[in-house]
Amino acid sequence: MTDTDVSPQPSEVPPAAVRSRPGGRARLAGYLRAYAFLLPNLVGFLAFTLLPVLAAMLLSFARWDAIRPWDEAQWVGMANYVDALGFHRDVASGRLVANDDRFWYYLYNTAFLMLGVPIGMALSLLTALLLNRPLRGVVFFRTLFFIPTVCSSVAVAVLWRWLYNPEYGLINQGLRMMGVENPPYWLSDPAWAKPALILMGLWVGVGGYNCVLYLAGLQNIPGELYEVARLDGAGWWVRLRYVTWPQLAPTTFFILVTSIISGFQGYFVGVHVMTGGGPAGSTTTLLYYIYQTAFVYHSMGYSAALAMVLFAIVFLLTLLNWKMGKRSVEIMY
Amino acid sequence: MLRRKRLSDFISYLLLLAGGGTMLLPLLWMVSTSLKTPEATMSYPPELLPRRQETWVDPATGRELPVFWASVQGRRAKVVKLRFYPGRVLVRVVEPSDLAGQQLSLALRQREGTRFVPTLTPVKHISFRWHNYADAWHAMRLDRPWMAFEIGPIKFGGFHLRDAFLAFYLNSVIVTTVVTLGCVLTSSLAGYAFARLHFPGRDVLFLGYLATLMVPHVVTMIPVFILLRTLGLIDTYSALILPVMFSAYGTFMLRQFFLSVPRDLEDAARLDGCGHWSVYRHVVMPLSRPALAALGTFIFLWTWNSFMWPLIVMNSTEKMPLMLGLYSFMGPHGAEWHLLMAASVMVMVPVIVVFLLGQRYFVQGIMLTGMKG
Repeated sequence: MTDTDVSPQPSEVPPAAVRSRPGGRARLAGYLRAYAFLLPNLVGFLAFTLLPVLAAMLLSFARWDAIRPWDEAQWVGMANYVDALGFHRDVASGRLVANDDRFWYYLYNTAFLMLGVPIGMALSLLTALLLNRPLRGVVFFRTLFFIPTVCSSVAVAVLWRWLYNPEYGLINQGLRMMGVENPPYWLSDPAWAKPALILMGLWVGVGGYNCVLYLAGLQNIPGELYEVARLDGAGWWVRLRYVTWPQLAPTTFFILVTSIISGFQGYFVGVHVMTGGGPAGSTTTLLYYIYQTAFVYHSMGYSAALAMVLFAIVFLLTLLNWKMGKRSVEIMY
Repeated sequence: MLRRKRLSDFISYLLLLAGGGTMLLPLLWMVSTSLKTPEATMSYPPELLPRRQETWVDPATGRELPVFWASVQGRRAKVVKLRFYPGRVLVRVVEPSDLAGQQLSLALRQREGTRFVPTLTPVKHISFRWHNYADAWHAMRLDRPWMAFEIGPIKFGGFHLRDAFLAFYLNSVIVTTVVTLGCVLTSSLAGYAFARLHFPGRDVLFLGYLATLMVPHVVTMIPVFILLRTLGLIDTYSALILPVMFSAYGTFMLRQFFLSVPRDLEDAARLDGCGHWSVYRHVVMPLSRPALAALGTFIFLWTWNSFMWPLIVMNSTEKMPLMLGLYSFMGPHGAEWHLLMAASVMVMVPVIVVFLLGQRYFVQGIMLTGMKG
C-alpha cells in the first residue's frame, strides 16, 4: 500500500449550497447528522476493534488465567515480555538459554513456512503472464486457478489431509506408482510436515489474490513499451526482463510485503485441522501458539504479550514498507 | 513470425493445462472419493473413476460374495472364492452359464513371463455411491432443539431438526447474511460520513480506523472474547456476528470509492433540496454498486470460511456454523474418507457457486483496493 492510499484526503470545497457558512445551530445539527451516519459503525469499531487493541496492550502486562474473576489479575510489568523474548544463563552449563525456547522454535516455524512466499510469487507471476495472453478459453483458466482460494478453508484442509494420507493418499499412491518405495509420512513426520503445509498453501494461493494483482499490473503496462522493444529486436526474455519486470516492480513489492505480513497470521486452519501443531510442535506457528496459550492453557496475559510481539513484527514490516517502498522498487529495476 | 506465435501459443496452452490440471486434480479426487465405497478408497493403484467390485449372492446361504475374473478351461470366467488352502483357493464359477456351479481349485499365483501375478482379479464396474452424501448428511444427529431461546419471560422451544448438517447450513446462512448486510450498511454509512461530511474529529477518527487496519486479528481476539463473555454472549449468534460486522476495512474501502464518485450529481441533488440521507440513499449508493458488491462478496466469503473465531466462541453443536460443523464431524469420522469427502463437497459447493456468480465483482474488488484475504 503506498502512502497516498492512507493519508486523509484534504477536505474538498463544499458545494455551492452549503458553502455559505451556516449559523451555529445549523452547524451543530449538521454535525449531529454526520455523527448519526457514523455512529453504528463507530460504536462497533470502538467496542470490537479500538478498545480491544488497547485492552490487549494492558493485558500483556498482567498475569491472568481467564477462569478467575477480573480483580485477580496480577500486574506483572514487563515479565510476560521477558518470559517470551528474554534469555537467562543456565546454571548447570553456564550457557545462555531462551526463557521460552518454544517461542523461538515457533517463530522459526513461522519463518520456515514463509519459504512459500517467494515460490508462490514466482508461480503467481508465471500464471499471470500466461493468463494475460490473448488465448481462446483463457477466462476459463482464470476462474479455475482462482477456485482453490475461495474453497472453504476447513474443507480444503480435510481434503489435503486425505491427499497426504501416508498409505492411501493420492500423493503417496502416485509416488509409489512412480517407483518411490518409501514415500514420506508427510503430516506425521516432523521433517515433512512444514513442506506439506507449504505445498498446500501454494495450491490454494498461486492463482488467487496475488495472481489477480499481477494480472492488473500487467494490464497497466503501456503497450507502446512492448512495441518499441519489439522494434529494437528484443526477444521475449529481454522484454520480460527489461519491460515487464521493472514495470511490475511496485506490484511485486506490494505483494511481497503483504504476503509476509499475512504469512505471520496464516496457516491457522491448516495447522489446526491437519496437524494440531504437531508432530512435536513442528508445525506450530506463532499464531497457533498465541491461540493455544490463550484458549487451551488460559494464560491470557502471556498470550496477549505474544500477540503484541506479533503486532510489533507486523508493524515494523509495515513501517519498512512505507519507508523503503520507493527505494526497493528502484532496486528492482 | 506466425509460426513462432503458434509455437508460443502451444507452449502457453501446455503450461495452462498442466497448471489447471494441478488445480483440478485434488478437487476431482475429492469428488471421486466422495462417491466411492470405503474399500475402494483404499485401492491401489488409485482410480479416479469410482469402481466397485461386483458381488454375487449365494442362493444357498444368502451370503454376498465378491466376484473375480479367472481363467477356467482357457476361457474368462467370473468366480467367487469358497475356501483357501495353502497356496491354492477353491472357487465356484458364476458365469458363463454353461460352466456355472463348477468348483475347482486354482493356484493363488500364476507365472506370467518371469513374474508371478495373482490368479484372481476383481470384477469391477463403474459405480457412483451417491448415498455417501445422504450418509454424511445424516451422520451427525442433533440432540437439542435448534433456535431455542429464552429472553426474560419469552420462551421458545426451537425446532427439532434431526440432522446436524442442516443446522450448520442454516447457521452459516443466517450469520453470513446478517454480517454481510450489516457490514455493507454500516460501512457505507460511515464511509459516506468520512468522505462527504464535515464534523469535528473526523480526521483523527479516520486515522484511528486506518491505524487498526494493520493490527493482526489475533491481538483483539482475547479482549473481544472477554467482552463477549462478560456480556453473556459466548456461544450465541451474536458472538459470531457482532465482532465482524463493523469492519474498518469496509469503511476505508467504501470511503475511498465514494471519494471517486463525481460530486456534480450530488451537488445537483443538494440544490434540489435533498438532505444527506437522500443523497446517500438515491445518488451515492446506486452509483457505488460495484464497490458494494465487491465488499459484499468479500465479506460473504470471509465469514462463510471463517474458522478460528467460531472455534473460540462456539460450543453447542446446534449453533455451529458450517466450517466448525465440518471440523466436529471430522472428529468421530476421521478415517471414513468417503464420508469426509462427501461432507467437504457439500461444504464447498455453495461458496464456489457464490464465487462463480460474483466473480466479476470479486476480481474488481481486488483490483480496486489491493485487498487481501
